[in-house]
Amino acid sequence: MHLNDRKQLSHEITPKAVFEARRELIKSAAAGAFGLALAPWFSREALASNPQKLLATTNPNFILKDELTSYKDVTTYNNFYEFGTDKSDPVAYADSLQTRPWTVTIEGLVQKPVTLDIDALLKLAPMEERIYRMRCVEGWSMVIPWDGYSLSKLLNQVQPLGSAKYVEFISLADRKQMPGMKSRIIEWPYREGLRLDEAMNPLTLLTFGLYGEMLPKQNGAPVRLVVPWKYGFKSGKSIVKIRLTEEMPKTSWSQFDAREYGFYSNVNPLVDHPRWSQATERRIGDPKGMFAPKIKTQMFNGYSEQVASMYSGMDLKKFY
Amino acid sequence: MKATIFLLALLPLDRLIWLGFTDGLGANPIEFITRSTGTWALVFLCLTLAMSPLRLITHSIAWIRYRRMLGLLSFFYACIHFGIWLWLDQNFDLIEMLKDVVKRPFITMGFISFVLLIPLALTSTHWAQQKLGRRWMQLHRIVYLIAATVVLHYWWHKAGKNDFDTVTIYAIILLLLLSCRIPFIRKLLSKRSHV
Repeated sequence: MHLNDRKQLSHEITPKAVFEARRELIKSAAAGAFGLALAPWFSREALASNPQKLLATTNPNFILKDELTSYKDVTTYNNFYEFGTDKSDPVAYADSLQTRPWTVTIEGLVQKPVTLDIDALLKLAPMEERIYRMRCVEGWSMVIPWDGYSLSKLLNQVQPLGSAKYVEFISLADRKQMPGMKSRIIEWPYREGLRLDEAMNPLTLLTFGLYGEMLPKQNGAPVRLVVPWKYGFKSGKSIVKIRLTEEMPKTSWSQFDAREYGFYSNVNPLVDHPRWSQATERRIGDPKGMFAPKIKTQMFNGYSEQVASMYSGMDLKKFY
Repeated sequence: MKATIFLLALLPLDRLIWLGFTDGLGANPIEFITRSTGTWALVFLCLTLAMSPLRLITHSIAWIRYRRMLGLLSFFYACIHFGIWLWLDQNFDLIEMLKDVVKRPFITMGFISFVLLIPLALTSTHWAQQKLGRRWMQLHRIVYLIAATVVLHYWWHKAGKNDFDTVTIYAIILLLLLSCRIPFIRKLLSKRSHV
């Protein structure tokens, strides 16, 4: 090799991208994060067709007669504005989301504030598979087998103080990973909230997977909330912080337009969105075919038995 | 030439049918069809309104020959757009439909646009044109109003996501096309092309 031949040398210089990829790989290896963190580097393609399994036991209390929405529809038709407002944007652009390492900080009015690594969270309680209906405020719905455990299991560990009345959920906001953040639709980071009793309700699921696999990035990896009796936007994705508060938290969508999106946002066929009716919904991938009529929306999305008592005496037209 | 334009103009419909048979309309096919036909109705409305300015600029009357067909194509896509909504969103319940029309401004604007297109489509024949004489011109000026209601329909639809990029482009195009009708600008356009 002619070391003083500049032209030839430049051929042999490792391209910057490859170099950085290798550095990243070595760093992860050094950190002992073999397996999950390295898999995408070795076989992104293989990963797409063979995602990481998540061992979960079916919870017989949450099995539905409704036909499941296909994995394809669940993972290609998403609202996740951090990656763009189009339903097809998240699956196209969420690839840049780094889901490892990942930590979730639980703070505020609790005895034991803590920051937990995603691996610790995955092991915190037995993983259950639950089939939930998901009703979007836009008037469509899906039926999804989620994998996770009740949020109450986590909240009980940190021991909420008597003064805690609400729980705020804050999603990741990182412009480098989330190209949709350059549009000024809502104030980032995405923030959602529940009343403490709603957060402690066994239905409220801290979710890590769907269809027995780790959450795809476009569905809110690595950890999200699923609150099946409320419109979908109440279930924050890619959560990094959970804060217990005394005051009702300011949530992203009600800050955008409080008249259109209330704090409670319980699924309610009797309370219309100002721009459309909520009496019916279109079931995505309806087994009756493409031209199937819309189906009737159920009060609390069909979960009245489990949740209605939390709202007894409340005027749900006023507290929408 | 006319036949070519006609066949090209049907491509968006062919595409929808093709996608429908090949599972290409995505998770929410009805939403896809509704939005696609709405967009194409708007595109053909813009094209229709572009014919007169083109005539002024090029001093060629040929453009006017395509205007009726383009207008009818806009109406055609609007019919599918409205029909799908009436069928799959309203389930042909006329009372419920009218309630929605009155209650929701974005639907009000869409509905007004569609209703106003009907007389224009019905009087688009040569026969009607001759029969109505001067009044035909006056009647067909409604299309300027439709341009406004259509943009409002689209604008309020997009307001939910604060996402006005696309609708702004259409609004600017329509504004430019309408301003070509202002007498002063009209003169300017036809003069400039004498040079």
